[in-house]
Amino acid sequence: MAPHPGDETFNEIGQPRFDMKLEPQAPDKETLLANLMKDAYPDAQGRFGPFGGRYVPETLVPALDRLQAGVDRYLRDPAFLEAFHAELAGWVGRPTPLTHARGLSRRWGAEIWLKREDLAHTGAHKINNSVGQVLLAKKLGAKRVIAETGAGQHGVATAAACARLGMPCTVYMGAVDMERQAPNVGRMKLLGATVMPVTSGDRTLRAAVDEALRDWVSDPDGTYYCLGSAIGPHPYPYIVRELQAVIGREAREQMLAQTGRLPDAAVACVGGGSNAIGLFHAFVKDREVELLGLEAGGQGSGLGQNAASLSYGTPGVLQGCYSLLLQDADGQIQETHSVSAGLDYPGVGPEHALLMTAGRVRYEAVGDDEALAALAECCAAEGILPAIESSHALAGAKRLAQAQPGKRILVGLSGRGDKDMPTLQRTLLKGQL
Amino acid sequence: MAHDSISAAIRAAKAAGRPALVAYITAGFPTRAGFREQLAAVASAVDVVEIGVPFSDPMADGTTIQRSSRVALEQGVSLRWILEELASFRQEASGAPLLLMSYLNPLLAFGVEKLPQAAAEAGVAGLIVPDLPYEECADMRAALAARQLALVQFVTPVTPVQRMAKLCAGAEGFVYAVTMTGTTGKNVAVPQEVLDYFDRVRQVSPVPVCAGFGIRSREQVERLAPHVDGVIVGSALVEAIERGEDPAAFLRTLRL
Repeated sequence: MAPHPGDETFNEIGQPRFDMKLEPQAPDKETLLANLMKDAYPDAQGRFGPFGGRYVPETLVPALDRLQAGVDRYLRDPAFLEAFHAELAGWVGRPTPLTHARGLSRRWGAEIWLKREDLAHTGAHKINNSVGQVLLAKKLGAKRVIAETGAGQHGVATAAACARLGMPCTVYMGAVDMERQAPNVGRMKLLGATVMPVTSGDRTLRAAVDEALRDWVSDPDGTYYCLGSAIGPHPYPYIVRELQAVIGREAREQMLAQTGRLPDAAVACVGGGSNAIGLFHAFVKDREVELLGLEAGGQGSGLGQNAASLSYGTPGVLQGCYSLLLQDADGQIQETHSVSAGLDYPGVGPEHALLMTAGRVRYEAVGDDEALAALAECCAAEGILPAIESSHALAGAKRLAQAQPGKRILVGLSGRGDKDMPTLQRTLLKGQL
Repeated sequence: MAHDSISAAIRAAKAAGRPALVAYITAGFPTRAGFREQLAAVASAVDVVEIGVPFSDPMADGTTIQRSSRVALEQGVSLRWILEELASFRQEASGAPLLLMSYLNPLLAFGVEKLPQAAAEAGVAGLIVPDLPYEECADMRAALAARQLALVQFVTPVTPVQRMAKLCAGAEGFVYAVTMTGTTGKNVAVPQEVLDYFDRVRQVSPVPVCAGFGIRSREQVERLAPHVDGVIVGSALVEAIERGEDPAAFLRTLRL
């Protein structure tokens, strides 16, 4: 297991080494990569190599066992998938387009393609997961659905899916996020959800997850917890990946149909990592496609200045899974900073920790200012206002374009930026209104 | 050895005709300076003491222990500090076995290889880790076993019968039988079905069974007494300490 930072389990820049102690049987990088290519993860224990697992109070174990049984029964069941895809097509508006970003391509000297999750119903990729999980909740006989939300996108998506499918919905949202994403609070209420402000902990996404877990512990039999990111105890990281994988499947087909070949690179932003795993999953075995994940670099590399768990974190257990975390030497989770509420989380999905460790995906941090600059460029060059989260991916694409001019780059444009107007008025538009 | 000291303390109380009293305090709450004195007072009034290691994300805890944990963290309380305090406390110890109650991450950060020796040297007899379920506990259990430290197992009213038998079969020290689904600190009515559940746990448990979560009154303890070997008081004690009351006096009101 994970020892104290400073000893030989961490390398010179604080990244973990997995070749010792953590788990005596933890395989080396080459073995992890070989297993990845064989679809070996998650294993039966919900492990993605050394990461993942199921670290929850005993009260939730039977509920997670039931959820696992539901996943086994329905997620590959033709009738369930037919209902899911019918909602995606008829209500969400899938497939979402793949747009050739001609303006950005000219500016950045590369060929930029945008996978337009901003055009999915409710304005972000989150709806793919919410529809699938609320359908699953109904199959499992749940009486109500609860969810956490950071930027409000998962809350809005779950509220909408519950309204569509006839389930009562309660959304936990940090008080800090309710203020910076105020438009989404009103949307959730209009969609019939009860929004519970979270004033404990850091009053952002992490505290909202803690509070949702407390709610679920109180009624594990009647309540379905619709987790919005690729985090949490097994089988959530698997469920979210499977439901979001539609993004990459569509994008891969569209690239082939519209350009005749695969992209040279695919980039996505990573908070908990649901849109990134959704985009990357279809490309993991295409070894010639470079995969790049962009985390929230916030204001700098110091603890508390960012939300970049893969770039700066150390291994540990938070909210049900073993992954990389922003924590101090005593294992206390640290408050994070990002201009984007949706990336403002001190952990990351266990599959991303694996993809980094196995060397299949590279992860970099993008600071607040660089993300906002990319947002402004996308508005001006493409007539698209992207979410601040997605703008981290755009900034990553720009870096890639500058390093490797002329490459064909697929960008996961995970959501639209209308929800970010309060933040943009305080930043990019400061003094202009 | 150390395992046995926990179950022996609980059995001794039961043999004297009363349920054992197990008390939880958050280490260093409300102040670091008062920790050892508070611990001595609590230990003098109960049979077993759980010392809470504060964590930033206590997902199984209600508002009281969230609050006490935050205050303790703000004062710089860490597992390292707690173990140092306990090592010097040991000389003045009353004899009530001490357990550490900690979420997993502070233990991982301390180092699972170093923890058993450090805990044993501080006089700790066992650990309670609320987010470490049976399926994930093999490494921790093996590490603690090398120093005869108990890893206390939870069971709950929603634990299926077969799983209950599996969980209890490997239990050490005592079985922590949660009174209800939910977080710590809520008031619990203790309906007959919950009493039946405690009876079922005792039938399969080789070690004593203690009821915890939401125990606040003497009436509750009296109702539970025929069905359990001990009761665990946490949030209600922390609230008494918050109100500035003498913790030992409060605990004596719960002791039958």
